[in-house]
Amino acid sequence: MLAYAIRRLLLIVPTMFFVAVITFALAHAAPGSPFDRNVNRPLPQSTIDRLNAIYGVDQPLPEQFARYLGNALRFEFGSSLVRDRPVTDIIAQGFPVSAQLGVQALLLALAIAIPLGVLSALKQNSALDYASLFFATIGYTIPSFVIAIFLIFVFAVDLKLLPIIGWGTPQHWILPTIVLALGPAAFLTRITRASMLETIRQDYVRTARGKGLAEQAVITGHALKNALIPVATIVGPATAALVTGSFIIESLFSVPGIGREFVLSIQKRDYPVIMGTALLYAFLIAVANLTVDLLYGILDPRVKVDK
Amino acid sequence: MTVPSTAWQGRSAERGVLAGGQRSLWGDALERVVRNRLAVIGLVVIALALLAALLAPWISPYGPNDQDPSLSLMEPRFVSSEYVNAKYLLGSDALGRDILTRLIWSARISMVVGFVPVALIFVIGVTLGLLSGYHGGWLDGALMRFTDVMYGFPDLLFLLIVMATLRDSPVGDIFGGLFLMFIAIALVAWVGLARLTRGQILSLKEKEFVEAARTIGAGSGRIMLRHLLPNALGPIIVSLSFAIPSAILIEATLSFIGIGVKPPTPSWGVMIHDGFVVFSTTPWPVLLPAFCISIVMLSFTFVGDGLRDALDPRMRI
Repeated sequence: MLAYAIRRLLLIVPTMFFVAVITFALAHAAPGSPFDRNVNRPLPQSTIDRLNAIYGVDQPLPEQFARYLGNALRFEFGSSLVRDRPVTDIIAQGFPVSAQLGVQALLLALAIAIPLGVLSALKQNSALDYASLFFATIGYTIPSFVIAIFLIFVFAVDLKLLPIIGWGTPQHWILPTIVLALGPAAFLTRITRASMLETIRQDYVRTARGKGLAEQAVITGHALKNALIPVATIVGPATAALVTGSFIIESLFSVPGIGREFVLSIQKRDYPVIMGTALLYAFLIAVANLTVDLLYGILDPRVKVDK
Repeated sequence: MTVPSTAWQGRSAERGVLAGGQRSLWGDALERVVRNRLAVIGLVVIALALLAALLAPWISPYGPNDQDPSLSLMEPRFVSSEYVNAKYLLGSDALGRDILTRLIWSARISMVVGFVPVALIFVIGVTLGLLSGYHGGWLDGALMRFTDVMYGFPDLLFLLIVMATLRDSPVGDIFGGLFLMFIAIALVAWVGLARLTRGQILSLKEKEFVEAARTIGAGSGRIMLRHLLPNALGPIIVSLSFAIPSAILIEATLSFIGIGVKPPTPSWGVMIHDGFVVFSTTPWPVLLPAFCISIVMLSFTFVGDGLRDALDPRMRI
């Protein structure tokens, strides 16, 4: 178990290195320099040279990459090319908002998916089961921004119940949280249902019934705990889905989080912000996956990890 | 018959047996798909979308970029309002372009984006999966390490970075940005298929029929293409059928953010992007393409689910 944990931990290193190489290589393969944006009023060559020197863009690529990696290890990503603010500032400002949105969405997804999945497994092939499967299909098939558009139309434009953009008050949180939660909720519902269906056919559940336990005690005391193990493992990929989902949702609802900053930096080709946020995201997802994998080994001793 | 029994006859006989066996498997699968009502509805919708995409220049009432500034932001005819017009059945966008026409032309982009990268994914993923599953060794090790690392890189993150950085390069200009998108989608999606194929091959190659083929002297290439691949094809087809809608989704998402297909080429994502500014006052230029995306995505999912149930019941959850 320990050896496995260490190996998994070490695997984060090449992953992060790969992300760093790709973002760095692509940023440098992109045509033009960040400073020749305005074609009508070209900067004098001396200014360009000085800017390039300030940002170190005039040095050989391997040197630039080494410096970039060294800085990244100390959480230094330089300054935004567009707004003249350190990338770490931008991330630090957006992070609490994104984290709040992500946690709210994850909790909402679990609050929808677990009861729905369990109930539809217990009442397999009932109307409720079909309704929850339908919900799951809609939720993972239709893109979140399209669902967002329909919800905005109904609740903000037509009924005028909720604000469309911003993040000031709890009313602002409702639509983005719901939309962000839907995809993971759909997925988790299917997993919960499948896992519960498998568990309630196990021998020990029959034994529990056989010794005369009340149905509710059988379900909550014996079946549910084991049925939720696979659900716990999905929280890792669900975190990844929430992170990448936040790019679109935060942009759509103008939520001032990192996802929106990332998309803005992509639209403006603000490379330091792109590279800083990309590394942060890759790191978050790697850690989420690692945590879940290790947790799985603890939750379910039947799983052999020492391969 | 006096025709000498030659090797090719023996091979064609073997092929006949194989084809006979395949026909029943695929025929059986086809029957199961046809019996699935949702899958059939999905197939019909996809066929209609393909037809619209093929016939776009002939069936659309106007050119995709024809503008009539005097008739901008008209509402569709099924809405009763003072902005209803006689010219545009489904209304017009902020530049006075016909929405119906642009919806039809957008189907082209979606269908092309759905099917072309999937062909690339198939070729790369199946080839590498076959080779690494069959031969193992350094290739297998390299593939597994590489895919481990790729899994740590979220798809959308990779795609956004690729599109953002290379969109204005010469590569990004081919086919209005579509070529770059094909490459980017294929790059992230082949990984999953390669691992799926590898897993299939790993379990299949221990089976008796492979042993039997080897005993009668079949070479590696023949075993891989004639014996292993056909048996692994079910899950591969199912996986590809889900790769199509996810490619369409990627195009729509990237275009919606504004880094996908280059304007003025119409795509449903581009239309939503363009119309979103005026969404709260004039929702139809956004709602109609959003509706089209939803229908097409649902159709592909229904067909994919149908194929999965027909070809690979174990994958059902």
